[in-house]
Amino acid sequence: MTSWQNNRAARDARIAAGAGLAHGKVVEASDATRLLEAVIRPGDRVCLEGDNQKQADLLSRALLAVDLSKVNDLHMVQSGVVLPEHLDLFDRGVAKRLDYAYSGPQSARIARMLFGGKIELGAVHTYLELFARYFIDLTPHVALIAAVSADRDGNLYTGPNTEDTPTVVEATAFKDGVVIAQVNEIVETVPRVDIPADRVHFVVKSDKPFFVEPLFTRDPAAITEGQILTAMLAIKGIYAPYGVQRINHGIGFSTAAIELLLPTFGERLGLKGRIATHFALNPHPALIPAIESGWVRQIHSFGSEVGMDDYIRARSDVYFTGPDGSLRSNRAFCQTAGLYACDMFIGSTLQIDLQGNSSTVTASRIAGFGGAPNMGSDARGRRHPSEPWLKAGAEADPDSPAPLRRGRKLVVQIGETFGDKNVPLFVEKLDAIELAEKLNLELAPVMIYGDDVTHIVTEEGVANLLLCRTAQEREQAIRGVAGYTDVGRGRDRSMVAQLRERGVIRRPEDIGINPLDADRNMLAARSIKDLVRWSGGLYAPPSKFRNW
Amino acid sequence: MEDLSFHHPVRERAGGIRQSAIVGVVASGNLEVLVERVLPDAECAVEIKTAAMGFGEVWSAVIGDFVERYSPGGLKFSINDGGARPDTVSLRLAQAVRLIAGSDR
Repeated sequence: MTSWQNNRAARDARIAAGAGLAHGKVVEASDATRLLEAVIRPGDRVCLEGDNQKQADLLSRALLAVDLSKVNDLHMVQSGVVLPEHLDLFDRGVAKRLDYAYSGPQSARIARMLFGGKIELGAVHTYLELFARYFIDLTPHVALIAAVSADRDGNLYTGPNTEDTPTVVEATAFKDGVVIAQVNEIVETVPRVDIPADRVHFVVKSDKPFFVEPLFTRDPAAITEGQILTAMLAIKGIYAPYGVQRINHGIGFSTAAIELLLPTFGERLGLKGRIATHFALNPHPALIPAIESGWVRQIHSFGSEVGMDDYIRARSDVYFTGPDGSLRSNRAFCQTAGLYACDMFIGSTLQIDLQGNSSTVTASRIAGFGGAPNMGSDARGRRHPSEPWLKAGAEADPDSPAPLRRGRKLVVQIGETFGDKNVPLFVEKLDAIELAEKLNLELAPVMIYGDDVTHIVTEEGVANLLLCRTAQEREQAIRGVAGYTDVGRGRDRSMVAQLRERGVIRRPEDIGINPLDADRNMLAARSIKDLVRWSGGLYAPPSKFRNW
Repeated sequence: MEDLSFHHPVRERAGGIRQSAIVGVVASGNLEVLVERVLPDAECAVEIKTAAMGFGEVWSAVIGDFVERYSPGGLKFSINDGGARPDTVSLRLAQAVRLIAGSDR
């Protein structure tokens, strides 16, 4: 007779094998490796929870130490390859195949290992895309996750950094997988239940809190006049005319400058309440002055940010919080919000080509995509109208009848024409293409495709690509804001002048901005200490940002 | 180090009466600009000492655009460059013209 419950039986056998090491569900940290050897089978798909912020670091070390005769050739399906141990797994042979989304700090080593054939690469994804595949063809057999605390039954409190956990657990626990959580402490009662106990099979108590990276803190002291100028151009040249209220900001210094200019420059332009009111955004410390000045009505977050917990707790009108008072973040929902419910994405990149394609890949680094492509793309399934979306759609396609015309999300690339060490932002050919050739990839790792980009902002001005009618116009519009880079100096001057006549390119003076007014005194906060002061002492920056 | 020198004929005299001014700092990625009102009204000169070699073409383009845009007649600019980006150079030159013109912001 055919059995239709083989997977459930296999799951029960795994749990039974691990149960000998547990008291109830609780396993000592010293037994973590033995637990993993008991539960994981060779070739399993394993999600080792690691994203761009929180890391199941104890479980990574435990997995690295397994007996290779018991556990080997794993297929890792995880959003972040961030800790050295994540790659050590492949060096040692514990894991063989990888599907992931983001690899910030390991971007150079992951590139070397891919070139060296140490890792069999499935694909590099965006967060939402990888989460989606957890439910279709990359469902984990075992999930190794991180939480703040657990009770004896296994109810988990993930705290402000809930991030990916509910998504990973949903896919694993409801498809006959095993969920193992590392927690900072075992408590009588958890402050709130983020993950119900019946989805958690084992709990390992860690001797130290899981690692969290303060990835979204930008020190206002490091913001340059050039970044302030581009931020002014964006506010007055894009936010204001489109009336953009629902926004996702990238993590660069240019967007930090925008956040710090809202209560000063933005206020003088009379834009309060008309722009930048709702965000899909991590709790950026740089947004504190705008929040305190009454600009921001609501923020939903992918994760939390180190040092912001008390501030968030005290500003629950703005942030999403649980019954315990602390932030509830959720990466999958926030990515969805950024994709469907925001009218604008604005962020920086490392390279932009003549078609407007952009990439953060360089010849020796593969940083992955993270979430930017979800934010920085037009959602073709969107159906609700809004003023900026309709206006952008009308600019792109003035001839279609309005009731049948799609709107467009504003996807804005902002940056200075030269980046760190005088490396040009604009290039004839993306390094990503060379990398794809070297690694034999079918797709070059393009962060944001040119046909999704609507505006490019540099210190030289704003290029509105929605108004370009031919590929040639588009190329000249990009060259026309590329400054003194080779791409910029290669412009057709008369065509750029015509594009300026038509308002496709707008210079600072066309927008009513004098570059000489771009001054650090315009920033609402000029240091981390200023941010602490704005927060009334509620923001507690991590030590590496304290210099007083 | 590389020394560069540019001379341009200029449409009109720079505004103001101040005789000299200095902006910026010599630091990595930054530059110091000393501007002096020492030339005939229809001339402008820019003398550059730069830490970065081989960027003569970019300097030429930056200075050409600057002269076209600000018409800094009668001014001599002496630049100590610590490898600043072209946009920073443009900004400092514009700041120098504003400062010697004597108007405050």
